[in-house]
Amino acid sequence: MNYRHLRGKTAIVGVGHAGLGEAPGYNDMELLTRAAHAAVKDAGLRMQDIDGIATSSVSASMWLMSVVETLGVRPTYIDGTCLGGSSFMSYILAAAHALESGQCNAVLVCYGSAQRTSALGRGVITNARKVLDPQPYEAPYEPMNPPSSYALAARRHMHEFGTRREHLAEVAVAARAWARLNPEAYSRDPLTIEDVLAARRVSDPLTVRDCCLVTDGGGAFVMTRADRAAALKQKPAYILGSATAVWNRQISCMDDLTVTAARQSGALAFDMAGCKPADMDVVQLYDAFTINTILFLEDLGFCAKGEGGAFVSGGAIAPGGRLAVNTNGGGLSCVHPGMYGVFLVIEAVRQLRGQAGARQVADAHLALAHGNGGTLSSQSTVILGTADTL
Amino acid sequence: MTEVSAAGQGVERQYATHLAQGRFMIQQCAACARHVFPPRELCPHCDEDQLAWVAPSGQGTVYSTTTVARKAEAGGDYNVALIDLAEGVRLMTCVAGMDPATVCIGMAVRTQVGEGKDGPRVVCVAIAGSQG
Ligand SMILES: [Zn+2]
Repeated sequence: MNYRHLRGKTAIVGVGHAGLGEAPGYNDMELLTRAAHAAVKDAGLRMQDIDGIATSSVSASMWLMSVVETLGVRPTYIDGTCLGGSSFMSYILAAAHALESGQCNAVLVCYGSAQRTSALGRGVITNARKVLDPQPYEAPYEPMNPPSSYALAARRHMHEFGTRREHLAEVAVAARAWARLNPEAYSRDPLTIEDVLAARRVSDPLTVRDCCLVTDGGGAFVMTRADRAAALKQKPAYILGSATAVWNRQISCMDDLTVTAARQSGALAFDMAGCKPADMDVVQLYDAFTINTILFLEDLGFCAKGEGGAFVSGGAIAPGGRLAVNTNGGGLSCVHPGMYGVFLVIEAVRQLRGQAGARQVADAHLALAHGNGGTLSSQSTVILGTADTL
Repeated sequence: MTEVSAAGQGVERQYATHLAQGRFMIQQCAACARHVFPPRELCPHCDEDQLAWVAPSGQGTVYSTTTVARKAEAGGDYNVALIDLAEGVRLMTCVAGMDPATVCIGMAVRTQVGEGKDGPRVVCVAIAGSQG
């Protein structure tokens, strides 16, 4: 298998979002539609130009058909794979194949969720999922999922490597410091390590400040072939490498709770891109929980296994630190409407365009976005670059 | 060793039937001899389909643990743990009969069948004198 020839052949040419935070009165599809419209417009295209659609929903199993119907498009390429939060990154490599083969010319990746303000309570959705997507060997123990699964991983990481509670808190504090530079972020109050430790307990060792936000929001991006991208409105963010890996679904079926499938997706993505972790100017990691950032820094190769806690210490991933991680404020402090993956890509693209305002990382040419889904179940890595990285 | 019934039931139903009769059973592959849990139709190690039900020793070690916070009026905090059985399989369970916050990784436990909210389930108790 060798798909290195796809390096740099496609690009993200438009990004958009809608209703970040709280969007009372809107439903999932309306937020998706608003975000999709913004992304297509940002690219300088029209919805009629879109002939590829990739989308999924946490609740509707036939969501893609509803999206096609709502947008009024006639796609020659569709992808409705649901891997949880990482779905929107997993669409990228498949879309690159489809664009390069000529199956389609412009792929719209889109998502929307009114999870926070929806009239349909989260308890209803959780209970429905228990029936429609049962996990009979875990359910009798009532893990408060997803937090409990990530808590089990955090506890094991602490046991094996001496990772401390304060290390986890560092991740939340750094995300908040970035969010304070982002006027679109949902949580912007000051946050200290002490605040995180003293916050409401959820599933030990995690407190509520170790857990992602529950917000509304829609997000979307548009991909085209590179030759076309150069002629469009925005500075293209080229797809240099991408890979997705799934090793398990339930946390109880994960071989080693300290090693995620990001090790596989990251190695393949870096191989395709022909670059290494140290080359990255800006990094977006799916921080549904604070332990995620530590695990992914290790598994993607930014530091050795077990050293993630030390790596994030002392504000090292906060503004002004050694590595710019989750520059929008992440799922912990910016936005997290059920599935967050699409927003990681949007932030990476904005950084590469130089449109990130007060949080802009200087001279950002290479960006990594990494998605996670389920309970450390699916991992998807994307490496993006500006034209001078081709 | 109980042979797999060919009576046309899937392994989830067979597992539940054993549990309802007070037996915690896992599977063992006739081809590669490895133990399997949760129950599968095919051996995930060698893809053969000759999996027989066996009673595990019940001896296990806590691989990881969490205390789920719950209001006192709803029953208070409770434990959720991952246990590695001596047979080399892992299961989610809970360590009962002790303060959930004192359950620790490495603790030796023994499985037993207990009554859960929605029927019988496998729970664990600490083996006296075990150190985490
Ligand atoms: Zn076998």
